[in-house]
Amino acid sequence: MAKKYSRSIATLALALTAAAAAVLTSGAAMAIEWNLQPAGSKLAEDIHGLHEYVMILCTAIFVGVFGFMFYSVYAHRKSKGHKAAQFHENTTIEILWTVIPAVILVVIAWPTTKTVIAQKDTSNPDLTIKVTGYQWKWGYDYVKGEGEGISFISTMSTPREQIEGKAPKGEHYLLEVDNELVVPIGKKVRILTTAADVIHSWWVPAFGAKQDAVPGFIRDLWFKAEKTGTFRSQCVELCGKEHGFMPIVVKVVPQEEYTKWVGERMKLIAAAADDPTKQYTLDELKKRGEQVYAKNCVVCHQATGKGTPPVFPPLDGSKVVLGPKEAQIASVLNGVVKDGKPTAMVAFGPQLNDTELAAVVTFTRNNWGNKTGDAIQPAEVKALRKK
Amino acid sequence: MNPDQARDNKRMLTRLSIVAVAMFGFGFALVPFYDHICRALGINSLVTRSEAPVNTQVDLTRKVTVEFDANAHGMPWSFKPATRHMEVHPGQLVQVDYEVANVRSSAVTGQAVASYGPKLAGQYFRKLDCFCFTQQTLAAGETRRMPVSFVLDASLPADINTVTLSYTFFEVAGKS
Amino acid sequence: MSAVVDNHGHAGERGKDGHAHGHGDHHGGYGGVMRWITTTNHKDIGTLYLWFSFINFMVGGVMAMAIRLELFSPGIQFFNPDLFNQFTTMHGLIMVFGAIMPAFVGFANWQIPMMIGAPDMAFARLNNWSFWILPFAASLLVISFFTPGGAPGVGWTLYAPLTVQMGVGMDLTIFAVHLLGMSSILGSINIITTILNMRAPGMTLMRMPLFVWTWLITAYLLVAAMPVLAGAVTMSLTDRHFGTSFFNAAGGGDPVLYQHIFWFFGHPEVYIIALPAFGVVSQVIPAFSRKPLFGYASMVYATSAIAILSFIVWAHHMYTVGMPVTGQLFFMYATTLIAVPTGVKVFNWVATMWKGSLSFETPMLFAIGFLFLFTLGGFTGLVLSLVPIDIQLHDTYYVVAHFHYVMVAGALFSAFAGVYFWLPKWTGRMYDETLGKWHFWLTMIFFNMIFFVQHFLGLAGMPRRIPDYPLMFETWNKISSIGAFGFGLTQLLFLYIILKAIKSGEKAPEKPWEGADSLEWTHLPTPVPYHSFETPPNLK
Repeated sequence: MAKKYSRSIATLALALTAAAAAVLTSGAAMAIEWNLQPAGSKLAEDIHGLHEYVMILCTAIFVGVFGFMFYSVYAHRKSKGHKAAQFHENTTIEILWTVIPAVILVVIAWPTTKTVIAQKDTSNPDLTIKVTGYQWKWGYDYVKGEGEGISFISTMSTPREQIEGKAPKGEHYLLEVDNELVVPIGKKVRILTTAADVIHSWWVPAFGAKQDAVPGFIRDLWFKAEKTGTFRSQCVELCGKEHGFMPIVVKVVPQEEYTKWVGERMKLIAAAADDPTKQYTLDELKKRGEQVYAKNCVVCHQATGKGTPPVFPPLDGSKVVLGPKEAQIASVLNGVVKDGKPTAMVAFGPQLNDTELAAVVTFTRNNWGNKTGDAIQPAEVKALRKK
Repeated sequence: MNPDQARDNKRMLTRLSIVAVAMFGFGFALVPFYDHICRALGINSLVTRSEAPVNTQVDLTRKVTVEFDANAHGMPWSFKPATRHMEVHPGQLVQVDYEVANVRSSAVTGQAVASYGPKLAGQYFRKLDCFCFTQQTLAAGETRRMPVSFVLDASLPADINTVTLSYTFFEVAGKS
Repeated sequence: MSAVVDNHGHAGERGKDGHAHGHGDHHGGYGGVMRWITTTNHKDIGTLYLWFSFINFMVGGVMAMAIRLELFSPGIQFFNPDLFNQFTTMHGLIMVFGAIMPAFVGFANWQIPMMIGAPDMAFARLNNWSFWILPFAASLLVISFFTPGGAPGVGWTLYAPLTVQMGVGMDLTIFAVHLLGMSSILGSINIITTILNMRAPGMTLMRMPLFVWTWLITAYLLVAAMPVLAGAVTMSLTDRHFGTSFFNAAGGGDPVLYQHIFWFFGHPEVYIIALPAFGVVSQVIPAFSRKPLFGYASMVYATSAIAILSFIVWAHHMYTVGMPVTGQLFFMYATTLIAVPTGVKVFNWVATMWKGSLSFETPMLFAIGFLFLFTLGGFTGLVLSLVPIDIQLHDTYYVVAHFHYVMVAGALFSAFAGVYFWLPKWTGRMYDETLGKWHFWLTMIFFNMIFFVQHFLGLAGMPRRIPDYPLMFETWNKISSIGAFGFGLTQLLFLYIILKAIKSGEKAPEKPWEGADSLEWTHLPTPVPYHSFETPPNLK
């Protein structure tokens, strides 16, 4: 009976192992990663070195101990006729194998301590940037140093079609954003993390920098990039359903390029105070609104506008969207409060400017099944801000 | 089981149950415990009380960069510091303003909570006057400048020369 | 479904216990379902725990299959991210509280009274209640999937303030956690009292089998740590519904406080899982080495040291929250210290095998597999304990690999070893040794296929708890998922082996394992009678 099953079990096991082997040797294998990401800062290099050191030590001990065990498995088998000895204690050896591991631990902890202390020293930064975790994107504010005043939101730019399998995946699938964090090479950057809603965590493996972003608190960490390039990573604390879709992209550039970028950004800030008296056509508003919607609204209200009731209500056919425009503008500006408690619909007034808000409201009122024909102008939004 | 053993068992049950209940209480006791431990270690950043400066001598040999940060998530307020950073001498009395604006069409009350970077810098910030001491109510559409007066205690460790003072405003529900 | 053969006073099977059964006093007078609902017999209750554990293992396993199915390829194919997070959370809660912990409580119930020469547990009726809370609690966890908003998608660690955003499924989960905790606490009180008060004359503490010692220590850990979890989730509950601000900065609280309270429970919890596993292995290895356990006293002290140290290391789960450097250093040093007593235990097990007379039946295979792979998991734990390295590895798949090595290759393998080891004693029947070996080798291969490659994923930077991933992680994820399917199917083989053994296994000899020497092997017949040691043996 066992033999009959043995054959099927063996076949199945072999098939699965073969599948694994096939995967390993296939094209996908080109992307095999074995170790920490290449270091882009001295701290990250120190961590690489520490990891190697500990790995070698642990492997040596592991091989030593299990060398003994496997030797025993071979040489002390009953089937080979080995008779059992009856010893069951030896104080000397017990003391030895208590003290020696303790010493080895000190040998490991000593160099580690230096790195721990270095990692926490955020003094004398050249540049301070505040990083805010939102559900589900990052906000960057340059607080002090060259570029201070620059402020933007960094949202994942991988299109939903790629995620849903309707389009081929790009090279930086899930690791690309619309606005990258730009920093100059060789400068000590102090990062202040905080969050708007739940705990997120900001991480750049290439710099060995990771810190939780806790709502209501700021925490500081630092890094100093020693290589130019684009370094990519992801949010690393579960923060809700789109936790896997809020990447972190840091672009390290030479100083001159950084200064140039700062200059361009400052110009954008001036320009992005979109002229609030400008009048736009319905089509212009809908087009802009669609982009704003895709970046800010789609994760909760969905591309279909159907939302995920009851938590995220539908916009298609919604009473609010089809009703008086002041009420809808107000809920987008100020957020929605129910029974004195804030809901998941946060205030977008602080995050988006009048033109963006006018555009997205126009878009919702003229998309899917909604056909109000309303075109909201930025001036109307501005007026409601003051109220 | 004989009655002696039954009695011993019952005694053990009682004792262990008390331990279990005590540990449940311990979990709740951790709340004030952490409060006290953090305060003692100087890393409690939520204490918003006025403190007279310990040392009023200004240390002109030293300059510390103080950065000002503001957050008002989920609130219909725009909240930002009037200055993003300034250089201060420890012991020097400093006043800075934060600008707050209420965009909602009704009054909103908020409470500001402070946080410091690095954490232990908090114990060296002696605030004499701060909008964070009390709840603040802004009328519909009101804009206001809110001051903070503080002294950075001269006993701030020598290796700290950049500190961030951050406030987060939270809406006080039910007061609007 | 009876795993206990009742000896109706047949003279030939009286055994050293000497107590004959009349027809009136078996199974408390009930038959069928009522027997199982009302039983106060430690063997019956042990059986209930073990079957409950297996059912949850299957349910949690299906969720793991769902997770690995989605992670087979990049992109979202099967489950939307919200549902994926729900599976991740419930997989963790069901496996930890529904599968692995009850498995070892099942062993405790079956084995402790017999190993110390006691007739039953100290509080037999409490024992029944402790079990029957569990199916109710586990159902709450499963039912939460069908509530509006679904099961909570917050990870088994239930961090605030994400938990405040969840729907009513979160409240069901909190209630379930309270019930599960209550069951564990009551069970532990029972175990401590039994071990301390009901040992047979001559069974001194330092003569007890190590399995009993590890359970004594574990039970203390449970009584101390479980109520703290209850506190933490109660605070989350009041933050959610009753206007408190324990974990909300707006009201003067701090989200990180939740983590401190949770991990104060959470770290002892992993030793609550590991220590009984150590105990089982400490019975199996000497039996199949035909040699006494090396360094019995050191094993007791090492286990106690591990238990005490487990209370001062919790923040090594929190190195990245922004702790001051002194805190990081303290917790790093304390955590690395645990390697010392754990190392002592590993060395002692190897020394037990050394110069023994070894045979490799299925229990021994799983015990050796445990020794090898648990230690590997221990080493990755050492790597993680070092702050600068943890900064790179925290919340990545390296951590997932680490804890699955110690909890699956550790605790689960040990549980398998225990079942194969004691099944003959419990049922009087042998399992099919060839199939048992198949179960071991397939489990071994597929387990490593799933989890060894996850170390690389973590090193390369793949975060935890994501339903989709960048392309560079594809290869290892595919291999891991293939391993998962193999592993899952293999556990169906285990079910088959057990059912076959119970129904039609070969009759077990009185002493199927030559080197086994605890009381159940030396003083009781095979299979053991429904009531054993009603008169305690004199061991003086």
